[in-house]
Amino acid sequence: MMAGLACCGNSNMKAIRAVMVTGSTVLLAMAIWLVVDFLALRASGDTSEMLYTGSWLWYAPLNIHLAVGVDGISVLMLLLSAIIVFAGTFASWKIDPLPMNFFLWFCLLSTGVFGFFISIDMFTMFMFYEVALIPMYLLIGVWGTGRKEYSAMKLTLMLMGGSAFLMLGLLGIFWHSAPEGGMPTWNILEISHNAAIDPSWQRLLFCFTFVGFGVLGAMFPFHTWSPDGHACAPTAVSMLHAGVLMKLGGYGCFRIAIFLCPQAAQELAWIFIILTGISVVYGAFSACVQTDLKYINAYSSVSHCGMVLFAILMLNTTAMTGGILQMLSHGLMTALFFALIGMIYGRTHTRDIREMGGLMKIMPYLGVCYMIAGFASLGLPGMSGFVAEMTIFFGAFENNDLFHRIFVIAATTSIVITAVYILRVVGKLILGPVKDEHHLKLTDATWWERLSTVTLIACLAGIGFFPNWINETIQHSFAPIISALQNAL
Amino acid sequence: MDITLPILILALPFTMFLILGIGGVKMTRKLAGVLGICANGALLAIAYTVAFTYFFSGNPDFIVDGIRQQVEIFDVTWLAFTERMVVNIGFLLDPISAMMLIVITTISFMVHLYSWGYMEHEPGFQRYYAFLSLFTFSMLGLVVATNIFQMYIFWELVGVSSYLLIGFFYKLPSAVSASKKAFIVTRFADLFMLIGILVLSYFVSQTPADGPLSGASAFNFLMLNSQPTNVLASTLGSTFLGASVLTWAMILIFVGGMGKSAMMPLHIWLPDAMEGPTPVSALIHAATMVVAGVYLVARFFPLYLIVPDSLTFITVVGAITAFYAAVVACCQIDIKRILAFSTISQIAFMMVSLGVARPELHDGLGYMASMFHLFTHAMFKALLFLGAGALIHAVHSNNYTEMGGMRKYMPITHWTFLIGCLAIAGIFPLSGFWSKDEMLSAMYSNNWIWGAWMTMVAGLTAFYMFRMYFRVFWWEENPHYKEHRPHDAPWQMSLPLIFLAIVSVFAGFIPFGEYVTWNREPYHIHIDMQIAVTSVVVAIIAIAFAGWLYMKKNEKPARMKAALPGLWKAANRRFYWDEMYMFVTHKIIFNGICRGIAWFDRHIIDGTMDALASMTQFFSLKIKGMQNGSIQTYVIWYFFGALLLAAITWICLL
Repeated sequence: MMAGLACCGNSNMKAIRAVMVTGSTVLLAMAIWLVVDFLALRASGDTSEMLYTGSWLWYAPLNIHLAVGVDGISVLMLLLSAIIVFAGTFASWKIDPLPMNFFLWFCLLSTGVFGFFISIDMFTMFMFYEVALIPMYLLIGVWGTGRKEYSAMKLTLMLMGGSAFLMLGLLGIFWHSAPEGGMPTWNILEISHNAAIDPSWQRLLFCFTFVGFGVLGAMFPFHTWSPDGHACAPTAVSMLHAGVLMKLGGYGCFRIAIFLCPQAAQELAWIFIILTGISVVYGAFSACVQTDLKYINAYSSVSHCGMVLFAILMLNTTAMTGGILQMLSHGLMTALFFALIGMIYGRTHTRDIREMGGLMKIMPYLGVCYMIAGFASLGLPGMSGFVAEMTIFFGAFENNDLFHRIFVIAATTSIVITAVYILRVVGKLILGPVKDEHHLKLTDATWWERLSTVTLIACLAGIGFFPNWINETIQHSFAPIISALQNAL
Repeated sequence: MDITLPILILALPFTMFLILGIGGVKMTRKLAGVLGICANGALLAIAYTVAFTYFFSGNPDFIVDGIRQQVEIFDVTWLAFTERMVVNIGFLLDPISAMMLIVITTISFMVHLYSWGYMEHEPGFQRYYAFLSLFTFSMLGLVVATNIFQMYIFWELVGVSSYLLIGFFYKLPSAVSASKKAFIVTRFADLFMLIGILVLSYFVSQTPADGPLSGASAFNFLMLNSQPTNVLASTLGSTFLGASVLTWAMILIFVGGMGKSAMMPLHIWLPDAMEGPTPVSALIHAATMVVAGVYLVARFFPLYLIVPDSLTFITVVGAITAFYAAVVACCQIDIKRILAFSTISQIAFMMVSLGVARPELHDGLGYMASMFHLFTHAMFKALLFLGAGALIHAVHSNNYTEMGGMRKYMPITHWTFLIGCLAIAGIFPLSGFWSKDEMLSAMYSNNWIWGAWMTMVAGLTAFYMFRMYFRVFWWEENPHYKEHRPHDAPWQMSLPLIFLAIVSVFAGFIPFGEYVTWNREPYHIHIDMQIAVTSVVVAIIAIAFAGWLYMKKNEKPARMKAALPGLWKAANRRFYWDEMYMFVTHKIIFNGICRGIAWFDRHIIDGTMDALASMTQFFSLKIKGMQNGSIQTYVIWYFFGALLLAAITWICLL
């Protein structure tokens, strides 16, 4: 459970690689074991909302606990994070300078992420959220490329701005959490059971928390940190950030905003459906004209993460399940994209697609991987993206009023626009004649790069081929949220 | 039926794809080729066994009282959206899927064999066979789909394998852009299909759970076929913009088929797709994938029958496309493009035939005729493409201007090509005659306009095919041939030609109506003499005209061209469809919308954020001066502040 910490404590040693490899492998193994054990427990008939719960009092006057517990969604998120940390370790095999410090911050970032997913106490959740954000500033500012100070500052400030909203929202939820005369609590499950928040307050708090998390989920118009931030971040950080950190936003949106303010969610979802609907199409259109590989993927992330929030706002099990699948799928796929871009950049020293061409001839392995990632992104059956998108669309179509219909159909157009920008890049970058003679001398992937990409591709294909067990796990976990929403009607 | 063979039909090509795709780099060409061909031969044998068992065994599973049954060999849950909506992956055996099994595996095997000769010297030979296997897998998965979702899944996979194969020569920019175009145009069409499926899915999920449909089967083809009105009972009341919702859904689904089958106005990708290797064009863009749209309509036929308006729509789209493509085909000089437009025209023929089919008109003859033509067309069109491949292989050019008098040098290619041309022109007793005659009968029975219109298109077909035939094999010898004598292709390439030629001659004698009809009851084919004679006479006149123009080198074609320069140019440029698309996609969408949004994002949205930051900076710089360390200034500010507070307090207290 607390394996995230093990990795952090160890990494101050000399043999950084050895430690990181061991650490991330152990982490991955534990995450897999956790999923297996979780499924076994569920299979044996344990139907409580959260498993492995534990709670330790931390600060009595404000009733803050270090409360942990996981459901099907959080175990999958933990698994995703572990996979990406594992792949990220191999992708940043040759990080320079200060490798020790890099990995130290990298581990702190992972700790924040893991801590966030296992918390069921809003305060500790928020704390881990901040723990995950701060290292980002240093990781981009020190190890980044391009306008790194500007981007690091922009990213941190915008996300901190989101946190301010979030803090207000969480405090509001805390003070209204208990029925008349009771002790207010930070515990998500207790708040939901109490269902004591007044509807008029819910509206305000829902907006605060949703915007707060939405900033991290790259919701229009609060997404502009993402292109600059991703473009300047080093490979492994882009992977972890786009792969996992942006998922914190989506996770928080349903775990706190919707779960705790169900009535407001029913009433006000339309505002955010408009915003996220715009994100989906807008991000995809923007990606079509970018020339920097990382910008393309950053805008593509805006589009895909917009889809996550869009799905969650549909407020039914199928679409929300699709949202979680999209989180997993987008996490793996973007991590793969950023890893590949890092590898290509490490060789050609440019990310401008106008300066490259015909890489398939020079580095066939990376070329094939890039095409696979591209197909995953445009929703090829057999890859996870297809499963996620279909689940979202079918779920979203269950809402049969005209407003939902229009936005769902608008969102479906993204499958075409995605195909356009993916194939544009593939056509210019991977296929076609070699543009730069100097590139002919470059080498194909090394073994650590292969390991990193193969892991991610295997996971993408794994979900794509056998989605049902994941689907069921997620669906069960949504039962409490759905019943909260229905009670609110 | 035992499930081993059907599973193998799907598993074998997929395994070959993985083996050749992952391990291909380490294999020699010969090993990869032999492996691919052997696996495909085995697949052919298995598919024939399954199909023949289905048609001829008389097993009560498959045929009861003369009515062929639809059988689900297996059907496993792949993804459960809700309890009502479940995506299954399965294997449905019924007359059309069994027929398609035969078509796909036959052509696929011929193409595998042919490619061994054709692609021998190309780099990436192993990759080529891997993609062929992937395509075969996806196409088979599509035709045996047990439900709409499975069909959509494989539909997309087929699109991707087509993308990979068109772009096989990935170093050529033209191939890359052709593959991109093909994928995006079909994806655009698939978007409509997806929306159509979503609309249907919504209504299916609204059917009462305690009704005649149990949960998982709500979207199954068996159910849709046997009790369509039950499944979609809830749609019948609702309307949208004057047509029932079901009509809209069925038209949207058909738009997906229009994309894959290159119907106007979504046909623009198919001529460009000829950038791919010629055997690929034969397999994908002539015989199998492009008829997926026809198969789709046939598969959903019971639903289309509920809303005949959508069938009329299909007829109109087909009729316009057939004529358009035939006219354009008359004015091309690239032999592969002539064949591509001919394919578009012939598929449109099948569409019209499906569109005019009604149970009350000759027991749904149009449906049977369309499937029959699908079968025969696959054979003779693959033959023509492979023949064109042999010509291109010999001359190293796609343009007929480089050819002429080829009959002396390439006798096998010549005779097989002639057979293909006669078959497509519908000359008795070749296969094309029988299927085309049935289609025309069905059209006349619906409305004489369709019949007359399509007879005219059939005449055009005969003309442009023989225009190409005479120009390539007769006309005047190209003087270069004195030095480089073109010759017939190696046996791997000739064998498929000969086999397909034999099939093209005799396939018409298959009593097709016994096997494939819309209600799966046998239908006895009879020839309507009047229609048959008319169409053959029209075809012969067209052939004679083509011969008169192109048999010997002369000035007549050039004079005709000069007489109608505008028409010729417009038809040669395919009536400017590509330019129109280019204008809309490139000028409006790419330069207008995409660049506009990107600019908006950088300058307005991001500008606002940056402006916030610089405003903060600006004000902090301004008020920074107040902390200047001078005690006197602080005292003054303190004094003013205290006065202000006092004033406020005083006002409030009053």
